[in-house]
Amino acid sequence: MVQAPVRTVNRQQRAFNQFITIMSFLGVPLLLYTVWVIYPTFQTLLLSTTDWDGLSDTWNSVGFANFERLWSEEPFRKSIVNNIIWIIVFITIPPAAGLGLAMVLNTDVKFDRFLKIAYYLPLVLATVVTALVWAQGIYNPRSGLLNTFLSLFIGNKAFEIQWLGDPNLAIFSVIAAAVWRQVGYVMILYLAGLKTVDQEVLEAAKMDGAEGWTLFRYMVFPMLAPVTTIVVVISVIDSLRSFDMVNIMTRGNPFDSSNVLANYMYLSFEDYRMGYAASIAVVLFAISLIFIFLYLREVMKQEES
Amino acid sequence: MSATAQEIPVVKSKPKTKKGVHPVILFIVWFGAFLWLVPIAGSVLTSLRGFDDFNARGFWSIPETISLDNYIRAWGKMGIDKYLLNSFIITLPSLFGCIMLSSMCAYALVRFQFKLAKPIYFMFVGGLLLPFQMLLLPVFKLSNDLNIYNTYWALIFFHTAFQLAFSTFVLRNFMKTVPASLFESAQIDGATEWTIFLRIAFPLMMPGIASLATLEFTWIFNDYLWALVLVTDNALKPITTGLSNLRGQFTTDYPLIVAGSILACAPTLIVFFALQRYFIGGLTVGATKG
Repeated sequence: MVQAPVRTVNRQQRAFNQFITIMSFLGVPLLLYTVWVIYPTFQTLLLSTTDWDGLSDTWNSVGFANFERLWSEEPFRKSIVNNIIWIIVFITIPPAAGLGLAMVLNTDVKFDRFLKIAYYLPLVLATVVTALVWAQGIYNPRSGLLNTFLSLFIGNKAFEIQWLGDPNLAIFSVIAAAVWRQVGYVMILYLAGLKTVDQEVLEAAKMDGAEGWTLFRYMVFPMLAPVTTIVVVISVIDSLRSFDMVNIMTRGNPFDSSNVLANYMYLSFEDYRMGYAASIAVVLFAISLIFIFLYLREVMKQEES
Repeated sequence: MSATAQEIPVVKSKPKTKKGVHPVILFIVWFGAFLWLVPIAGSVLTSLRGFDDFNARGFWSIPETISLDNYIRAWGKMGIDKYLLNSFIITLPSLFGCIMLSSMCAYALVRFQFKLAKPIYFMFVGGLLLPFQMLLLPVFKLSNDLNIYNTYWALIFFHTAFQLAFSTFVLRNFMKTVPASLFESAQIDGATEWTIFLRIAFPLMMPGIASLATLEFTWIFNDYLWALVLVTDNALKPITTGLSNLRGQFTTDYPLIVAGSILACAPTLIVFFALQRYFIGGLTVGATKG
Protein backbone atom coordinates (compact mmCIF):
# COMPACT_ATOMS: atom_id res chain seq x y z
CA MET A 1 0.00 0.00 0.00
CA VAL A 2 1.12 3.55 -0.64
CA GLN A 3 2.39 4.99 2.61
CA ALA A 4 3.67 8.47 2.03
CA PRO A 5 4.25 10.62 -1.03
CA VAL A 6 7.55 9.69 -2.62
CA ARG A 7 10.14 12.14 -1.46
CA THR A 8 13.90 12.15 -1.51
CA VAL A 9 14.27 11.26 2.15
CA ASN A 10 16.08 8.07 3.05
CA ARG A 11 14.24 4.99 4.10
CA GLN A 12 15.08 5.25 7.78
CA GLN A 13 13.77 8.78 7.95
CA ARG A 14 10.54 7.68 6.34
CA ALA A 15 10.08 4.76 8.72
CA PHE A 16 10.67 7.13 11.61
CA ASN A 17 8.11 9.58 10.26
CA GLN A 18 5.56 6.84 9.93
CA PHE A 19 6.26 5.68 13.47
CA ILE A 20 5.65 9.22 14.71
CA THR A 21 2.38 9.42 12.76
CA ILE A 22 1.15 6.08 14.10
CA MET A 23 2.11 6.99 17.65
CA SER A 24 0.28 10.32 17.37
CA PHE A 25 -2.89 8.24 16.98
CA LEU A 26 -2.11 5.26 19.21
CA GLY A 27 0.11 6.81 21.88
CA VAL A 28 -2.46 8.18 24.32
CA PRO A 29 -4.97 5.31 24.05
CA LEU A 30 -2.24 2.69 24.45
CA LEU A 31 -0.79 4.51 27.44
CA LEU A 32 -4.19 4.69 29.17
CA TYR A 33 -4.98 1.07 28.36
CA THR A 34 -1.59 -0.10 29.57
CA VAL A 35 -1.76 1.80 32.84
CA TRP A 36 -5.40 0.96 33.69
CA VAL A 37 -5.85 -2.51 32.17
CA ILE A 38 -2.69 -4.35 31.07
CA TYR A 39 -0.43 -3.45 33.97
CA PRO A 40 -3.13 -4.11 36.61
CA THR A 41 -3.73 -7.57 35.15
CA PHE A 42 -0.10 -8.49 35.78
CA GLN A 43 -0.02 -6.70 39.12
CA THR A 44 -2.93 -8.82 40.37
CA LEU A 45 -0.93 -11.92 39.45
CA LEU A 46 1.90 -10.59 41.57
CA LEU A 47 -0.35 -9.48 44.46
CA SER A 48 -1.88 -12.94 44.67
CA THR A 49 1.45 -14.20 46.02
CA THR A 50 1.69 -11.52 48.71
CA ASP A 51 0.14 -10.57 52.03
CA TRP A 52 -0.68 -6.96 51.03
CA ASP A 53 -3.11 -5.29 53.43
CA GLY A 54 -4.22 -2.52 51.06
CA LEU A 55 -2.83 0.30 53.20
CA SER A 56 0.94 -0.09 53.39
CA ASP A 57 3.25 0.55 50.48
CA THR A 58 5.10 -2.71 50.91
CA TRP A 59 4.19 -6.36 51.11
CA ASN A 60 5.81 -9.71 51.78
CA SER A 61 5.84 -12.58 49.37
CA VAL A 62 3.97 -15.59 50.70
CA GLY A 63 4.36 -17.87 47.69
CA PHE A 64 1.23 -19.86 46.95
CA ALA A 65 -0.07 -19.72 50.50
CA ASN A 66 -3.16 -17.70 49.43
CA PHE A 67 -4.12 -20.31 46.88
CA GLU A 68 -3.58 -23.15 49.33
CA ARG A 69 -5.86 -21.40 51.78
CA LEU A 70 -8.54 -20.88 49.13
CA TRP A 71 -9.29 -24.57 48.77
CA SER A 72 -9.62 -25.07 52.50
CA GLU A 73 -12.15 -22.25 52.96
CA GLU A 74 -15.85 -22.98 52.90
CA PRO A 75 -16.97 -19.67 51.26
CA PHE A 76 -14.60 -20.26 48.37
CA ARG A 77 -15.86 -23.78 47.72
CA LYS A 78 -19.47 -22.59 47.92
CA SER A 79 -18.71 -19.70 45.58
CA ILE A 80 -17.13 -21.91 42.98
CA VAL A 81 -20.04 -24.37 43.09
CA ASN A 82 -22.48 -21.47 42.72
CA ASN A 83 -20.50 -20.10 39.77
CA ILE A 84 -20.73 -23.52 38.12
CA ILE A 85 -24.49 -23.67 38.75
CA TRP A 86 -24.77 -20.14 37.34
CA ILE A 87 -22.82 -21.13 34.22
CA ILE A 88 -24.91 -24.27 33.66
CA VAL A 89 -28.15 -22.30 33.90
CA PHE A 90 -26.80 -19.48 31.73
CA ILE A 91 -25.58 -21.67 28.88
CA THR A 92 -28.86 -23.59 28.71
CA ILE A 93 -31.96 -21.55 29.58
CA PRO A 94 -31.27 -18.10 28.04
CA PRO A 95 -29.77 -19.54 24.82
CA ALA A 96 -32.68 -21.95 24.36
CA ALA A 97 -35.29 -19.30 25.12
CA GLY A 98 -33.45 -16.64 23.15
CA LEU A 99 -33.06 -18.84 20.10
CA GLY A 100 -36.69 -19.95 20.26
CA LEU A 101 -37.89 -16.36 20.51
CA ALA A 102 -35.60 -15.27 17.69
CA MET A 103 -36.94 -18.04 15.43
CA VAL A 104 -40.54 -16.97 16.11
CA LEU A 105 -39.92 -13.22 15.93
CA ASN A 106 -37.90 -13.57 12.74
CA THR A 107 -41.09 -14.60 10.93
CA ASP A 108 -43.78 -12.03 10.23
CA VAL A 109 -45.56 -12.14 13.56
CA LYS A 110 -47.92 -9.27 14.33
CA PHE A 111 -46.71 -6.74 16.90
CA ASP A 112 -43.20 -8.22 16.78
CA ARG A 113 -41.71 -4.85 17.78
CA PHE A 114 -43.71 -4.82 21.01
CA LEU A 115 -42.72 -8.42 21.76
CA LYS A 116 -39.04 -7.75 21.14
CA ILE A 117 -39.06 -4.68 23.39
CA ALA A 118 -40.81 -6.62 26.15
CA TYR A 119 -37.99 -9.15 26.19
CA TYR A 120 -35.01 -6.87 25.91
CA LEU A 121 -36.18 -3.99 28.06
CA PRO A 122 -34.61 -5.54 31.21
CA LEU A 123 -31.22 -5.26 29.51
CA VAL A 124 -31.41 -1.47 29.56
CA LEU A 125 -32.25 -1.21 33.25
CA ALA A 126 -29.37 -0.81 35.70
CA THR A 127 -28.58 -4.12 37.41
CA VAL A 128 -28.83 -2.24 40.69
CA VAL A 129 -32.46 -1.42 39.94
CA THR A 130 -33.22 -4.95 38.73
CA ALA A 131 -31.74 -6.39 41.89
CA LEU A 132 -33.68 -3.95 44.12
CA VAL A 133 -36.98 -4.61 42.38
CA TRP A 134 -36.58 -8.38 42.41
CA ALA A 135 -35.41 -8.51 46.03
CA GLN A 136 -38.34 -6.41 47.27
CA GLY A 137 -41.05 -6.65 44.66
CA ILE A 138 -40.81 -10.30 43.72
CA TYR A 139 -39.09 -12.11 46.59
CA ASN A 140 -40.18 -10.20 49.69
CA PRO A 141 -41.79 -12.94 51.81
CA ARG A 142 -44.63 -10.74 53.13
CA SER A 143 -45.49 -8.47 50.26
CA GLY A 144 -43.65 -9.82 47.20
CA LEU A 145 -45.38 -10.97 44.06
CA LEU A 146 -44.26 -14.57 44.21
CA ASN A 147 -45.63 -15.42 47.64
CA THR A 148 -48.78 -13.36 47.07
CA PHE A 149 -49.37 -15.38 43.93
CA LEU A 150 -48.59 -18.71 45.60
CA SER A 151 -50.94 -17.90 48.48
CA LEU A 152 -53.82 -18.18 46.02
CA PHE A 153 -53.06 -21.89 45.83
CA ILE A 154 -51.52 -22.91 49.14
CA GLY A 155 -52.91 -20.22 51.43
CA ASN A 156 -50.95 -18.36 54.10
CA LYS A 157 -48.23 -21.01 54.19
CA ALA A 158 -46.86 -19.27 51.09
CA PHE A 159 -45.79 -16.24 53.12
CA GLU A 160 -43.25 -18.38 54.97
CA ILE A 161 -41.14 -19.02 51.89
CA GLN A 162 -37.88 -17.07 52.16
CA TRP A 163 -36.71 -16.84 48.56
CA LEU A 164 -33.51 -15.03 49.45
CA GLY A 165 -33.23 -16.16 53.06
CA ASP A 166 -33.37 -19.91 52.59
CA PRO A 167 -29.88 -21.38 51.96
CA ASN A 168 -31.33 -23.90 49.53
CA LEU A 169 -33.21 -21.31 47.46
CA ALA A 170 -31.13 -18.12 47.55
CA ILE A 171 -28.73 -18.78 44.68
CA PHE A 172 -31.52 -19.94 42.38
CA SER A 173 -33.62 -16.89 43.19
CA VAL A 174 -30.70 -14.61 42.29
CA ILE A 175 -29.99 -16.54 39.07
CA ALA A 176 -33.67 -16.32 38.05
CA ALA A 177 -33.47 -12.53 38.18
CA ALA A 178 -30.29 -12.66 36.11
CA VAL A 179 -31.99 -14.92 33.54
CA TRP A 180 -34.78 -12.35 33.24
CA ARG A 181 -32.09 -9.93 32.10
CA GLN A 182 -30.16 -12.30 29.86
CA VAL A 183 -32.87 -13.80 27.62
CA GLY A 184 -33.43 -10.61 25.62
CA TYR A 185 -29.72 -10.21 25.04
CA VAL A 186 -29.34 -13.70 23.58
CA MET A 187 -32.49 -13.14 21.52
CA ILE A 188 -30.93 -10.01 19.95
CA LEU A 189 -27.75 -11.91 19.09
CA TYR A 190 -29.68 -14.72 17.42
CA LEU A 191 -31.99 -12.32 15.57
CA ALA A 192 -28.91 -10.65 14.09
CA GLY A 193 -27.46 -14.08 13.29
CA LEU A 194 -30.63 -15.19 11.51
CA LYS A 195 -30.37 -12.18 9.20
CA THR A 196 -27.04 -13.55 7.93
CA VAL A 197 -28.41 -17.04 7.25
CA ASP A 198 -28.36 -17.70 3.53
CA GLN A 199 -32.01 -17.55 2.41
CA GLU A 200 -31.30 -19.26 -0.92
CA VAL A 201 -29.85 -22.32 0.78
CA LEU A 202 -32.92 -22.43 3.02
CA GLU A 203 -35.28 -22.15 0.06
CA ALA A 204 -33.43 -25.00 -1.68
CA ALA A 205 -33.76 -27.17 1.41
CA LYS A 206 -37.45 -26.38 1.63
CA MET A 207 -37.89 -27.43 -1.99
CA ASP A 208 -36.29 -30.72 -1.08
CA GLY A 209 -39.09 -31.16 1.42
CA ALA A 210 -37.29 -30.11 4.61
CA GLU A 211 -39.51 -28.24 7.02
CA GLY A 212 -40.22 -27.57 10.66
CA TRP A 213 -37.89 -29.32 13.06
CA THR A 214 -35.82 -31.05 10.36
CA LEU A 215 -35.15 -27.75 8.63
CA PHE A 216 -34.14 -26.17 11.94
CA ARG A 217 -32.05 -29.09 13.21
CA TYR A 218 -30.08 -29.76 10.03
CA MET A 219 -30.05 -26.38 8.27
CA VAL A 220 -30.71 -23.34 10.45
CA PHE A 221 -29.00 -24.43 13.66
CA PRO A 222 -25.71 -25.47 12.00
CA MET A 223 -25.66 -22.20 10.07
CA LEU A 224 -26.02 -20.33 13.37
CA ALA A 225 -23.00 -22.15 14.87
CA PRO A 226 -20.74 -19.05 14.98
CA VAL A 227 -23.44 -17.09 16.83
CA THR A 228 -23.92 -19.99 19.24
CA THR A 229 -20.19 -20.00 20.02
CA ILE A 230 -20.32 -16.28 20.82
CA VAL A 231 -23.51 -16.73 22.88
CA VAL A 232 -21.93 -19.50 24.96
CA VAL A 233 -18.74 -17.51 25.52
CA ILE A 234 -20.68 -14.37 26.51
CA SER A 235 -22.96 -16.40 28.81
CA VAL A 236 -20.02 -17.97 30.63
CA ILE A 237 -18.20 -14.65 30.96
CA ASP A 238 -21.38 -12.95 32.23
CA SER A 239 -21.79 -15.75 34.78
CA LEU A 240 -18.24 -15.25 36.03
CA ARG A 241 -18.74 -11.48 36.12
CA SER A 242 -21.98 -11.72 38.09
CA PHE A 243 -21.48 -9.37 40.98
CA ASP A 244 -24.12 -6.62 41.08
CA MET A 245 -27.11 -8.91 41.54
CA VAL A 246 -25.50 -11.01 44.27
CA ASN A 247 -23.99 -8.05 46.07
CA ILE A 248 -27.28 -6.16 46.24
CA MET A 249 -29.77 -8.99 46.69
CA THR A 250 -27.98 -11.16 49.26
CA ARG A 251 -24.31 -10.17 49.61
CA GLY A 252 -23.76 -13.94 49.40
CA ASN A 253 -25.92 -14.69 52.45
CA PRO A 254 -27.20 -16.73 54.15
CA PHE A 255 -23.98 -18.51 55.17
CA ASP A 256 -22.37 -17.96 51.75
CA SER A 257 -25.09 -20.11 50.20
CA SER A 258 -25.54 -17.56 47.39
CA ASN A 259 -21.96 -16.33 47.20
CA VAL A 260 -20.07 -16.24 43.90
CA LEU A 261 -16.37 -15.69 43.22
CA ALA A 262 -16.77 -12.08 42.07
CA ASN A 263 -18.64 -11.15 45.25
CA TYR A 264 -16.36 -13.19 47.52
CA MET A 265 -13.40 -11.38 46.00
CA TYR A 266 -15.06 -8.03 46.71
CA LEU A 267 -15.87 -8.97 50.31
CA SER A 268 -12.23 -9.96 50.88
CA PHE A 269 -11.20 -6.61 49.41
CA GLU A 270 -13.53 -4.86 51.87
CA ASP A 271 -11.82 -6.77 54.67
CA TYR A 272 -8.41 -5.54 53.45
CA ARG A 273 -7.30 -9.12 52.75
CA MET A 274 -5.81 -7.95 49.47
CA GLY A 275 -3.44 -10.80 48.72
CA TYR A 276 -6.19 -13.28 49.36
CA ALA A 277 -8.65 -11.27 47.23
CA ALA A 278 -6.08 -11.21 44.42
CA SER A 279 -5.81 -15.00 44.49
CA ILE A 280 -9.60 -15.27 44.03
CA ALA A 281 -9.34 -12.88 41.07
CA VAL A 282 -6.62 -15.05 39.57
CA VAL A 283 -8.84 -18.13 39.80
CA LEU A 284 -11.62 -16.18 38.03
CA PHE A 285 -9.11 -15.05 35.43
CA ALA A 286 -7.81 -18.59 34.84
CA ILE A 287 -11.34 -19.86 34.14
CA SER A 288 -12.10 -16.85 31.89
CA LEU A 289 -8.91 -17.36 29.93
CA ILE A 290 -10.25 -20.52 28.29
CA PHE A 291 -13.24 -18.59 27.00
CA ILE A 292 -11.24 -15.52 26.07
CA PHE A 293 -9.19 -17.77 23.77
CA LEU A 294 -12.33 -19.38 22.32
CA TYR A 295 -13.65 -15.91 21.59
CA LEU A 296 -10.37 -14.71 20.08
CA ARG A 297 -10.30 -17.76 17.83
CA GLU A 298 -13.83 -17.01 16.61
CA VAL A 299 -12.95 -13.36 15.95
CA MET A 300 -9.78 -14.43 14.10
CA LYS A 301 -11.83 -16.77 11.93
CA GLN A 302 -14.16 -13.89 11.00
CA GLU A 303 -11.07 -11.80 10.40
CA GLU A 304 -9.78 -14.21 7.78
CA SER A 305 -13.03 -14.78 5.90
CA MET B 1 -40.68 -25.13 -22.18
CA SER B 2 -38.46 -26.69 -19.58
CA ALA B 3 -37.72 -23.41 -17.88
CA THR B 4 -41.34 -22.76 -16.97
CA ALA B 5 -41.84 -26.34 -15.93
CA GLN B 6 -39.03 -25.99 -13.45
CA GLU B 7 -40.47 -22.82 -12.00
CA ILE B 8 -43.80 -24.36 -11.11
CA PRO B 9 -42.65 -26.23 -7.97
CA VAL B 10 -41.10 -23.01 -6.66
CA VAL B 11 -44.43 -21.23 -6.91
CA LYS B 12 -46.21 -24.21 -5.37
CA SER B 13 -43.89 -24.41 -2.40
CA LYS B 14 -44.45 -20.74 -1.53
CA PRO B 15 -47.63 -21.19 0.54
CA LYS B 16 -45.88 -23.87 2.60
CA THR B 17 -43.12 -21.50 3.64
CA LYS B 18 -45.61 -18.73 4.38
CA LYS B 19 -47.23 -20.96 6.98
CA GLY B 20 -47.46 -18.91 10.17
CA VAL B 21 -46.28 -19.75 13.67
CA HIS B 22 -48.25 -22.43 15.49
CA PRO B 23 -50.92 -20.79 17.71
CA VAL B 24 -49.68 -22.56 20.86
CA ILE B 25 -46.15 -21.26 20.31
CA LEU B 26 -47.49 -17.79 19.61
CA PHE B 27 -49.47 -17.94 22.84
CA ILE B 28 -46.33 -18.91 24.80
CA VAL B 29 -44.40 -16.01 23.27
CA TRP B 30 -47.14 -13.52 24.17
CA PHE B 31 -47.58 -14.98 27.65
CA GLY B 32 -43.81 -14.78 28.20
CA ALA B 33 -43.74 -11.17 27.03
CA PHE B 34 -46.36 -10.17 29.59
CA LEU B 35 -44.58 -12.19 32.28
CA TRP B 36 -41.38 -10.34 31.39
CA LEU B 37 -43.14 -6.99 31.80
CA VAL B 38 -44.67 -7.85 35.19
CA PRO B 39 -41.72 -6.63 37.32
CA ILE B 40 -41.60 -3.37 35.35
CA ALA B 41 -45.36 -2.78 35.34
CA GLY B 42 -45.57 -3.68 39.04
CA SER B 43 -42.82 -1.19 39.83
CA VAL B 44 -44.52 1.64 37.97
CA LEU B 45 -47.77 0.87 39.78
CA THR B 46 -46.10 0.76 43.19
CA SER B 47 -44.27 4.02 42.62
CA LEU B 48 -47.61 5.79 42.11
CA ARG B 49 -49.21 4.76 45.39
CA GLY B 50 -48.81 6.06 48.90
CA PHE B 51 -46.88 4.22 51.58
CA ASP B 52 -49.99 3.59 53.72
CA ASP B 53 -51.93 2.22 50.78
CA PHE B 54 -49.00 -0.06 49.93
CA ASN B 55 -48.63 -1.21 53.49
CA ALA B 56 -52.30 -1.93 54.03
CA ARG B 57 -53.10 -3.64 50.78
CA GLY B 58 -49.83 -5.24 49.72
CA PHE B 59 -47.72 -5.04 46.65
CA TRP B 60 -49.83 -6.45 43.93
CA SER B 61 -53.20 -4.81 44.43
CA ILE B 62 -55.01 -2.01 42.66
CA PRO B 63 -53.98 1.28 44.33
CA GLU B 64 -56.70 3.35 45.97
CA THR B 65 -55.21 6.67 45.00
CA ILE B 66 -52.59 7.57 42.48
CA SER B 67 -50.09 10.36 42.94
CA LEU B 68 -46.64 11.50 41.91
CA ASP B 69 -45.82 12.17 45.54
CA ASN B 70 -43.15 9.46 45.73
CA TYR B 71 -41.34 10.92 42.76
CA ILE B 72 -41.32 14.38 44.27
CA ARG B 73 -40.00 13.04 47.57
CA ALA B 74 -37.39 10.88 45.83
CA TRP B 75 -36.17 13.82 43.78
CA GLY B 76 -35.77 16.21 46.69
CA LYS B 77 -35.62 14.34 49.97
CA MET B 78 -33.70 11.30 48.80
CA GLY B 79 -31.36 13.36 46.65
CA ILE B 80 -31.90 11.43 43.43
CA ASP B 81 -31.34 14.73 41.59
CA LYS B 82 -27.85 15.05 43.09
CA TYR B 83 -26.92 11.44 42.33
CA LEU B 84 -28.16 11.71 38.75
CA LEU B 85 -26.10 14.83 38.24
CA ASN B 86 -23.02 12.95 39.51
CA SER B 87 -23.76 10.16 37.06
CA PHE B 88 -23.80 12.60 34.16
CA ILE B 89 -20.60 14.29 35.38
CA ILE B 90 -18.91 10.88 35.31
CA THR B 91 -20.54 9.39 32.21
CA LEU B 92 -20.29 12.21 29.66
CA PRO B 93 -16.53 12.89 29.86
CA SER B 94 -15.82 9.13 29.93
CA LEU B 95 -17.98 8.66 26.87
CA PHE B 96 -16.36 11.57 25.03
CA GLY B 97 -12.82 10.47 25.88
CA CYS B 98 -13.45 6.87 25.04
CA ILE B 99 -15.01 7.65 21.64
CA MET B 100 -12.31 10.13 20.62
CA LEU B 101 -9.48 7.82 21.60
CA SER B 102 -11.00 4.64 20.19
CA SER B 103 -11.77 6.29 16.84
CA MET B 104 -8.12 7.32 16.66
CA CYS B 105 -7.11 3.73 17.44
CA ALA B 106 -9.53 2.33 14.90
CA TYR B 107 -8.21 4.66 12.21
CA ALA B 108 -4.56 3.84 12.92
CA LEU B 109 -5.15 0.07 13.08
CA VAL B 110 -6.92 -0.01 9.71
CA ARG B 111 -5.09 2.74 7.84
CA PHE B 112 -1.46 1.85 8.56
CA GLN B 113 0.18 -1.44 7.72
CA PHE B 114 2.55 -2.23 10.56
CA LYS B 115 3.58 -5.42 12.30
CA LEU B 116 1.96 -4.64 15.64
CA ALA B 117 -1.47 -3.72 14.19
CA LYS B 118 -2.93 -7.22 14.64
CA PRO B 119 -1.40 -7.89 18.09
CA ILE B 120 -2.68 -4.53 19.35
CA TYR B 121 -6.13 -5.27 17.97
CA PHE B 122 -6.22 -8.69 19.62
CA MET B 123 -4.98 -7.20 22.87
CA PHE B 124 -8.10 -5.01 22.85
CA VAL B 125 -10.38 -7.91 21.90
CA GLY B 126 -8.91 -10.05 24.69
CA GLY B 127 -9.54 -7.24 27.16
CA LEU B 128 -13.26 -7.29 26.26
CA LEU B 129 -13.86 -10.37 28.36
CA LEU B 130 -11.50 -9.71 31.25
CA PRO B 131 -13.10 -10.26 34.69
CA PHE B 132 -13.31 -6.89 36.44
CA GLN B 133 -11.98 -8.44 39.65
CA MET B 134 -8.63 -8.89 37.94
CA LEU B 135 -8.24 -5.10 37.81
CA LEU B 136 -9.91 -4.16 41.06
CA LEU B 137 -6.98 -4.05 43.50
CA PRO B 138 -4.37 -2.41 41.23
CA VAL B 139 -6.86 0.22 40.00
CA PHE B 140 -7.82 0.94 43.62
CA LYS B 141 -4.12 1.29 44.47
CA LEU B 142 -3.37 3.33 41.35
CA SER B 143 -6.20 5.77 42.08
CA ASN B 144 -4.80 6.24 45.58
CA ASP B 145 -1.28 6.76 44.27
CA LEU B 146 -2.47 9.33 41.72
CA ASN B 147 -4.51 11.10 44.42
CA ILE B 148 -7.70 10.74 42.43
CA TYR B 149 -9.31 8.15 44.72
CA ASN B 150 -12.73 9.37 45.85
CA THR B 151 -13.03 11.91 43.04
CA TYR B 152 -14.95 11.84 39.75
CA TRP B 153 -11.61 11.47 37.98
CA ALA B 154 -10.99 7.98 39.34
CA LEU B 155 -14.10 6.76 37.53
CA ILE B 156 -13.65 8.90 34.42
CA PHE B 157 -10.12 7.63 33.83
CA PHE B 158 -11.02 4.03 34.52
CA HIS B 159 -14.12 3.95 32.30
CA THR B 160 -12.33 5.73 29.46
CA ALA B 161 -9.44 3.27 29.57
CA PHE B 162 -11.42 0.09 30.14
CA GLN B 163 -14.08 0.83 27.51
CA LEU B 164 -11.34 1.40 24.91
CA ALA B 165 -11.34 -2.36 24.34
CA PHE B 166 -14.95 -2.64 23.22
CA SER B 167 -15.00 0.72 21.46
CA THR B 168 -11.88 0.05 19.43
CA PHE B 169 -13.22 -3.39 18.54
CA VAL B 170 -16.49 -1.93 17.22
CA LEU B 171 -15.03 1.06 15.39
CA ARG B 172 -12.14 -0.88 13.90
CA ASN B 173 -14.60 -3.34 12.36
CA PHE B 174 -16.59 -0.39 11.13
CA MET B 175 -13.52 1.27 9.59
CA LYS B 176 -12.72 -1.97 7.75
CA THR B 177 -15.84 -1.47 5.63
CA VAL B 178 -14.68 1.98 4.44
CA PRO B 179 -12.87 1.72 1.09
CA ALA B 180 -9.17 2.56 1.46
CA SER B 181 -9.25 4.46 -1.86
CA LEU B 182 -11.07 7.32 -0.12
CA PHE B 183 -8.05 7.96 2.10
CA GLU B 184 -5.52 7.36 -0.63
CA SER B 185 -6.97 9.97 -2.94
CA ALA B 186 -6.99 12.51 -0.11
CA GLN B 187 -3.39 11.63 0.58
CA ILE B 188 -2.42 12.23 -3.03
CA ASP B 189 -4.04 15.65 -2.73
CA GLY B 190 -1.51 16.32 0.01
CA ALA B 191 -3.68 15.98 3.11
CA THR B 192 -1.92 14.97 6.34
CA GLU B 193 -3.07 11.86 8.22
CA TRP B 194 -4.72 13.98 10.89
CA THR B 195 -6.63 15.96 8.29
CA ILE B 196 -7.77 12.73 6.65
CA PHE B 197 -8.82 11.39 10.04
CA LEU B 198 -10.74 14.48 11.14
CA ARG B 199 -12.28 15.43 7.77
CA ILE B 200 -12.95 12.02 6.20
CA ALA B 201 -12.58 9.04 8.56
CA PHE B 202 -14.29 10.47 11.63
CA PRO B 203 -17.44 11.64 9.79
CA LEU B 204 -17.62 8.28 8.01
CA MET B 205 -17.47 6.49 11.37
CA MET B 206 -20.51 8.40 12.69
CA PRO B 207 -23.06 5.57 12.32
CA GLY B 208 -20.69 3.22 14.18
CA ILE B 209 -20.05 5.87 16.80
CA ALA B 210 -23.81 6.33 17.29
CA SER B 211 -24.23 2.61 18.06
CA LEU B 212 -21.25 2.65 20.32
CA ALA B 213 -22.23 5.80 22.20
CA THR B 214 -25.73 4.47 22.96
CA LEU B 215 -24.33 1.27 24.37
CA GLU B 216 -21.42 2.82 26.25
CA PHE B 217 -23.69 5.46 27.77
CA THR B 218 -25.88 2.70 29.19
CA TRP B 219 -22.94 0.69 30.50
CA ILE B 220 -21.04 3.52 32.12
CA PHE B 221 -24.21 5.10 33.53
CA ASN B 222 -25.29 1.76 35.05
CA ASP B 223 -21.88 0.79 36.45
CA TYR B 224 -22.06 -0.30 40.07
CA LEU B 225 -18.84 -2.13 40.97
CA TRP B 226 -16.36 0.61 40.12
CA ALA B 227 -18.49 3.30 41.70
CA LEU B 228 -18.53 1.14 44.82
CA VAL B 229 -14.76 0.65 44.84
CA LEU B 230 -13.50 4.07 43.77
CA VAL B 231 -15.95 6.60 45.25
CA THR B 232 -16.97 6.42 48.89
CA ASP B 233 -17.91 10.07 49.48
CA ASN B 234 -21.71 10.23 49.46
CA ALA B 235 -21.71 13.67 47.81
CA LEU B 236 -19.86 12.29 44.77
CA LYS B 237 -21.69 8.98 44.35
CA PRO B 238 -23.41 8.25 41.04
CA ILE B 239 -27.01 7.05 40.95
CA THR B 240 -26.19 3.32 41.18
CA THR B 241 -24.30 3.30 44.48
CA GLY B 242 -26.39 6.25 45.66
CA LEU B 243 -29.56 4.25 45.22
CA SER B 244 -28.17 1.20 46.98
CA ASN B 245 -27.10 3.50 49.82
CA LEU B 246 -30.63 4.92 50.10
CA ARG B 247 -32.11 1.47 50.39
CA GLY B 248 -30.40 1.19 53.75
CA GLN B 249 -31.94 4.45 54.97
CA PHE B 250 -35.48 3.96 53.68
CA THR B 251 -35.72 0.18 53.99
CA THR B 252 -39.42 -0.03 54.66
CA ASP B 253 -40.64 2.73 52.36
CA TYR B 254 -40.58 0.60 49.25
CA PRO B 255 -42.79 2.85 47.04
CA LEU B 256 -40.26 5.65 47.59
CA ILE B 257 -37.32 3.41 46.65
CA VAL B 258 -39.09 2.22 43.51
CA ALA B 259 -39.88 5.78 42.45
CA GLY B 260 -36.19 6.57 42.92
CA SER B 261 -35.26 3.49 40.87
CA ILE B 262 -37.48 4.55 38.01
CA LEU B 263 -35.96 8.03 38.03
CA ALA B 264 -32.54 6.35 38.03
CA CYS B 265 -33.43 4.41 34.89
CA ALA B 266 -35.03 7.35 33.09
CA PRO B 267 -31.91 8.66 31.32
CA THR B 268 -30.90 5.26 29.91
CA LEU B 269 -34.50 4.49 28.94
CA ILE B 270 -34.77 7.79 27.07
CA VAL B 271 -31.50 7.14 25.25
CA PHE B 272 -32.60 3.60 24.49
CA PHE B 273 -35.99 4.48 23.04
CA ALA B 274 -34.61 7.41 21.06
CA LEU B 275 -31.74 5.41 19.58
CA GLN B 276 -33.04 1.85 19.74
CA ARG B 277 -31.77 0.87 16.30
CA TYR B 278 -28.23 1.92 17.17
CA PHE B 279 -28.35 0.17 20.53
CA ILE B 280 -29.23 -3.16 18.92
CA GLY B 281 -26.69 -2.59 16.16
CA GLY B 282 -23.90 -2.08 18.68
CA LEU B 283 -24.78 -5.15 20.72
CA THR B 284 -24.55 -7.52 17.79
CA VAL B 285 -21.17 -6.42 16.43
CA GLY B 286 -19.29 -9.23 18.11
CA ALA B 287 -21.75 -11.92 17.11
CA THR B 288 -21.99 -11.30 13.39
CA LYS B 289 -19.44 -9.81 11.12
CA GLY B 290 -19.29 -6.07 11.84
